Amino acid sequence: MDKQKRIPIIPLKQKLFTVGVLVVVLSLYAAASIFTGSSPARFMNGIPEMFNFIINDLIPPNWSYYERVFPALLETWNIALLSTSLAVVFSLPISFLAAGNINKKLWLYHPVRFALNVLRTIPDMILAVMFVAIVGLGALAGVYALFFFSLGILIKLISETVEAIDPGPLEAIRATGGNILQIIWFGALPQILPQYVSYSLYVLEINVRASLVLGFVGAGGIGLILKQQMSLFNYGNIAMIIFITFIGVTIIDTLSTSLRKRLV
Amino acid sequence: MIEFRNVSLTYPNGHQGLKNINLSINDGEFVVIVGLSGAGKSTLIRSINQMVKPTAGELLIGGENTLKYSDRKLRQFRRNIGMIFQNYNLVKRSSVLRNVLAGRLGHTGTLRSILSLFSQADVRLALESLERVGIADKAYQRADQLSGGQQQRVSIARALTQQPKLILADEPVASLDPPTSHAVMKDLKRINQEDNITMIVNLHAIDLSMQYADRIIGLRNGEVVFDGPAASVSEKTFEDIYGRPIKEDDLVGDVSNG
Amino acid sequence: MKPSLDIRTIKNPKRMKYWWTFVGITIFMTLLYYVAFTQTNLSTRNSIWDAGPLLKRFFWDPFFMPEIHDKIPTYIHAMLETVAIAYAGTLIGAVLAIPVGFLAAANIGGHFSFIGKGILNAVRAFPEILFAIIFVASVGMGPYAGVLAIGINSIGMLGKLYAEVIESIDMEIIHTLKATGASKIQIWVFGVIPQVIPEFCSYALYRYEIDVRSSTVLGIVGAGGVGAPLILAANSRKWEEVGMMLVVIILTVTIIDLISTNIRKRIV
Repeated sequence: MDKQKRIPIIPLKQKLFTVGVLVVVLSLYAAASIFTGSSPARFMNGIPEMFNFIINDLIPPNWSYYERVFPALLETWNIALLSTSLAVVFSLPISFLAAGNINKKLWLYHPVRFALNVLRTIPDMILAVMFVAIVGLGALAGVYALFFFSLGILIKLISETVEAIDPGPLEAIRATGGNILQIIWFGALPQILPQYVSYSLYVLEINVRASLVLGFVGAGGIGLILKQQMSLFNYGNIAMIIFITFIGVTIIDTLSTSLRKRLV
Repeated sequence: MIEFRNVSLTYPNGHQGLKNINLSINDGEFVVIVGLSGAGKSTLIRSINQMVKPTAGELLIGGENTLKYSDRKLRQFRRNIGMIFQNYNLVKRSSVLRNVLAGRLGHTGTLRSILSLFSQADVRLALESLERVGIADKAYQRADQLSGGQQQRVSIARALTQQPKLILADEPVASLDPPTSHAVMKDLKRINQEDNITMIVNLHAIDLSMQYADRIIGLRNGEVVFDGPAASVSEKTFEDIYGRPIKEDDLVGDVSNG
Repeated sequence: MKPSLDIRTIKNPKRMKYWWTFVGITIFMTLLYYVAFTQTNLSTRNSIWDAGPLLKRFFWDPFFMPEIHDKIPTYIHAMLETVAIAYAGTLIGAVLAIPVGFLAAANIGGHFSFIGKGILNAVRAFPEILFAIIFVASVGMGPYAGVLAIGINSIGMLGKLYAEVIESIDMEIIHTLKATGASKIQIWVFGVIPQVIPEFCSYALYRYEIDVRSSTVLGIVGAGGVGAPLILAANSRKWEEVGMMLVVIILTVTIIDLISTNIRKRIV
């Protein structure tokens, strides 16, 4: 051992790498916070400002505004329900096409996976904008948008479940001479059924949250009146919308989560 | 010298881990503690550095009753005691060297250590410890890239880096294969002889105990049922300690001399 | 006596219960769908045959219109703002989530972990878009409101994931370091932090992927970024402009996803 030379605790190369990563992360943050005008100090100021706003402007809510809020929230829920239902029905067959252990035809498997990957990069609101253009303003555009949005999520989750199932039963049915539909119906489906229902409920929760904002681009639901009241700075009404929406979302989440816990 | 005077330990759930232990262990001794699992071996070893605190009696080390120590005094006391575990207890994602340097934490100021400003003397000491167990070349590797035997050597090096007067080893070879078990036991024996560090080792395997110990202490149900030089021990002694005949499982097998 | 096995005598005691559950769910679902189809106006004024020409206006025509090409730098600038909002928000959220996560972890927070868990559940229960609206209304429109909304919302998910990581660490190492005489702070720095840092980084990156999408959406309610010009163009039915913005968004999201997934694979 050379007694004169300093022995590093962390090798130089690793030290430089770590410092480099830190410098990149922090300078990107510095750039982003200047660009968006949100230094950490200003960020921390925003939180008390929010509470002041809630106490001074949002409270008390305009309770009588519920007459407008309820139908809008019902429409939001219906959009979430219908789009999820459609996605639940259509995702099942496509999930088997996207599962490598069921669909062994590579010329079919790869295009399906590719299409799904592309679909999942599109944010939900962009689908909403496109469908408003295609089918016009209204709830139908929202249903279509969230249908395609949740199709991507649901197929990914279900096909991963299918790929993780026990291959034994599939082999057994294949060995008795069963065709591909019989393999799926008797071998794969019973194994994935609890997860299938659970993921469907999970996607319903996601869609309820996503559907809140659809109205901002004209795709139906509570977002429409929210947008109107915001441009009028009518904080009493906005508070009422936030209040009822929060309660509605919490009820749906709680029900769905407790159902999902029992399933899996 | 370590002296147990009427030491008892009752766990909060009412289980009595140690019952009225009286022992004295001299400096530089290699003591092996044997007994069935649940006999209180681990409790005995851990009560020495108060990882579990005895509930009655006195535990004297160098004439001082360590059970009366304040938190601060206890930390200073612990840094002179190395400890080796069955599962090595290394930070798997940190480098071997960093794991070994953890042995210097008690000797290094908090601020210096969190900034990784260990003195060069400490770094040299850590590398020398690694050299002594034969894995200095692994210093910059991540701990989880090493085999079980190598990881146990890292934890021995960590204990050595504390420059302790006493090393406690709680089932150090229970997770290792027979050849590696012998190699690790030889390392411990060598350190015991070269540095005159007192070794207190829990073992399950009878043949390892007889081969490496100076002195064997037998425990059953939290009580000392045997205490004598290793030379005086036979398989019959073990049958008395265990309260049952010797089985194949109680032996590691003698591979090292083959 | 001859042993007989009559299939009709084999009874499933749970059959009635299943049957009632099935009927109950069917009635409930029928009711939900009845409400959905009668209370929601699902009519359309357009014909499905319009979709072709429209998609052409979205994704084909813009590439051949010089006046759209001139606007691409503006779109990229707006998208960069979205990316910056997500970055600043995720990073500050990821840092603030650390103390909350430790507080919420049962093995560290102890009897107080319910406080941390309560904070995290409350944050996650509140839809992101409502946060954004409250911030837009209280601090004004613009990216600053977006950073606040993304930052606060990220704490909810990241804090929960962090707490799970912390609950799974090897506590034996903490006892081991205690046995060497290390102080509490030293135990944290040498025993706890190295065990959790890689997962923390990986989850923060994952959350960043989500937040890039979120901040695109949040722009629509006035929280800065590409959302505002997007909705402006959509409201005036300039589909070519919308189409070009969509292309910019989808490309950016894809690139960020690819980079982030790659880094995450290397971390853990």
